[in-house]
Amino acid sequence: MKPASRPVTLRSARFRAEREADWEKLEKILKRAEGGGPGRLTTTEMMELPRLYRAAISSLSVARATSLDKNLEVYLEALCARAYFFVYGSRTTLWERLSRFFLEDWPNAVQESGRAMLFAALCLFGGAAIAFVLFIQDPETFWLFRAGGFDMRTPEASTSYLRSTLYRDPGDVDINTMLTSFASQLFTHNAGIAILAFALGIAFGIPTVALLVFNGLFIGSFYALFWSRGLGDELTGWLFIHGVTELWAVVMAGAAGFVIATSVAFPGDRTRLAAARHAGHKATTLIMGAIVMLFVAALLEGFGRETINSDLIRYLIAGGTLVLWSLYFYAPRGGRR
Amino acid sequence: MSEARASPADHARRTARARGPFARELETPEGTSLTIRIASAGERSGAFLIDFIILIVMMYLGSWLFRLIFQGAGDAERIGYALFLLYIFVVRNFYFILFESGRRAATPGKRLLGTRVAMRDGTRLTANAVLARNLVREVEVFLPVYFFGALIASRTMGGGETAGIVAVLGVVWTGVFLLFPLFNRDRLRLGDLIAGTWVVHNPKPVLAAEMVQERADDPFAFTPAELNAYGIHELQVLEDILRQPQSDIRAAVAARIRKKIGRKHVEGESDEAFLRGYYAALRRHLEGGLALGKAKRHKFDG
Repeated sequence: MKPASRPVTLRSARFRAEREADWEKLEKILKRAEGGGPGRLTTTEMMELPRLYRAAISSLSVARATSLDKNLEVYLEALCARAYFFVYGSRTTLWERLSRFFLEDWPNAVQESGRAMLFAALCLFGGAAIAFVLFIQDPETFWLFRAGGFDMRTPEASTSYLRSTLYRDPGDVDINTMLTSFASQLFTHNAGIAILAFALGIAFGIPTVALLVFNGLFIGSFYALFWSRGLGDELTGWLFIHGVTELWAVVMAGAAGFVIATSVAFPGDRTRLAAARHAGHKATTLIMGAIVMLFVAALLEGFGRETINSDLIRYLIAGGTLVLWSLYFYAPRGGRR
Repeated sequence: MSEARASPADHARRTARARGPFARELETPEGTSLTIRIASAGERSGAFLIDFIILIVMMYLGSWLFRLIFQGAGDAERIGYALFLLYIFVVRNFYFILFESGRRAATPGKRLLGTRVAMRDGTRLTANAVLARNLVREVEVFLPVYFFGALIASRTMGGGETAGIVAVLGVVWTGVFLLFPLFNRDRLRLGDLIAGTWVVHNPKPVLAAEMVQERADDPFAFTPAELNAYGIHELQVLEDILRQPQSDIRAAVAARIRKKIGRKHVEGESDEAFLRGYYAALRRHLEGGLALGKAKRHKFDG
């Protein structure tokens, strides 16, 4: 006995027919958006995107509950995921991002990482102090920490030569020297060290300690060499006109490494993964800040030091940068915090 | 004895399991879970290799261009050198960062392999995360390369015992970082771990045609008993078969279904039409069950 012939209609097929146009629209907008920059989308399309995305998400939920068309479900899932990635892609404008970084994120991260900063500073200046003391006892130790093979500023050099390296004959200075010095300082040496100090934090911070101490040793023995020739005051001006900023940046980069290291070594209540992630945000902020400071330091070194030969002005600039950075990082801020 | 209908989240978990070791669930801020596929180690390294080659070409072209402009220009040669250093710095450090913080969250290498960067917890990908994962790359990838170069140099040029030992230790130590993604389920490299990101497939939505055409009458008029022979699993296998191009398999499947439900092959009835008719009826039947809270998962179910 055959049942009466019924019309073939499917609620899920109707559902699809009703919504299909919206899905296709979303797909088209996404394709265009990913093909070019967001500038290619019209304002209407930008406004419609979130609505279409939410509609697709709700379609997916309905389809999961009521439709057995596998292709439809797979399609909606892919469409939603793609739209989701776009809607929740990085979105803030560069300007917003930058102003938030300088006004909030960076100073906050510095204030919150006091202990890591202190420890990094201890490594760097401790290394310097050790090398200094060693040199005073035995100048031969200088050779232990010497970095470059071509640097003539060694215990074998005459005092007058050492003095001459601290000042520039105004006739020698031109924009080329300044630019070359600026670029080579920043882009080959310092930023590399800073990034390394940060990235090595993942290995429980041990390589970061080594990197900081070694840099300290180098500075310390260098300082002792000039100091032993009665050039201590002059070197201080030469070094700290940019060194306040530069060493601060190196300490900050090291601190970023330690922030990561502590989170990995002592994750506390969180899993190691979650702890590393949480610390990662703070550490990246610190490292970005360190790179900004290194940029300033390279400017001071390349242009300031090459043109300013007066010890007094060098000291003033060094002191000025110290005060300004301290105020920027640690001065109490109005408003929330 | 049908199972109670599972929640959408359960559903996603089930499908995630069903779709192999690379499928993961991702919960959107709207509370819907989506199944995504993470990129395999091969895809990751392939993408990196492409980017690496692009980087090398860019650096090589840069050096050629700067030499062309500044060589023999006297004092300006040093400006050229300074600019070249700047160029190398920017290219090496910002290539990955700029591309990944863009709309597509992917470098050209990743785009070619259809992958992109996303946050593991489903939140918005931040500039900080992109920065973190790429700064760590310095240690993970470039440091091993550096030590490996040092190792080769110490072998070929004889840099002394210690240099060789340091280089070997360096390669081993940093090699651990390089191979790290192979030792975790989600193929995270250290940079991903710190940034809270992972690399996933950018899915390509393909919507095939609707299989069921509305029509005023059902020429087959299957009985409920005939439709109770199969469940959702079989329905979707049938869908797959019908979506594939024509083949002999249809005749075999049609014969099996006819046998199972005890229907005779009517003269002049095409297998294609029979299968489509049965598909439409079965889907309607099973979807009706879903609406009443009954899901017949497969033919042995309820």
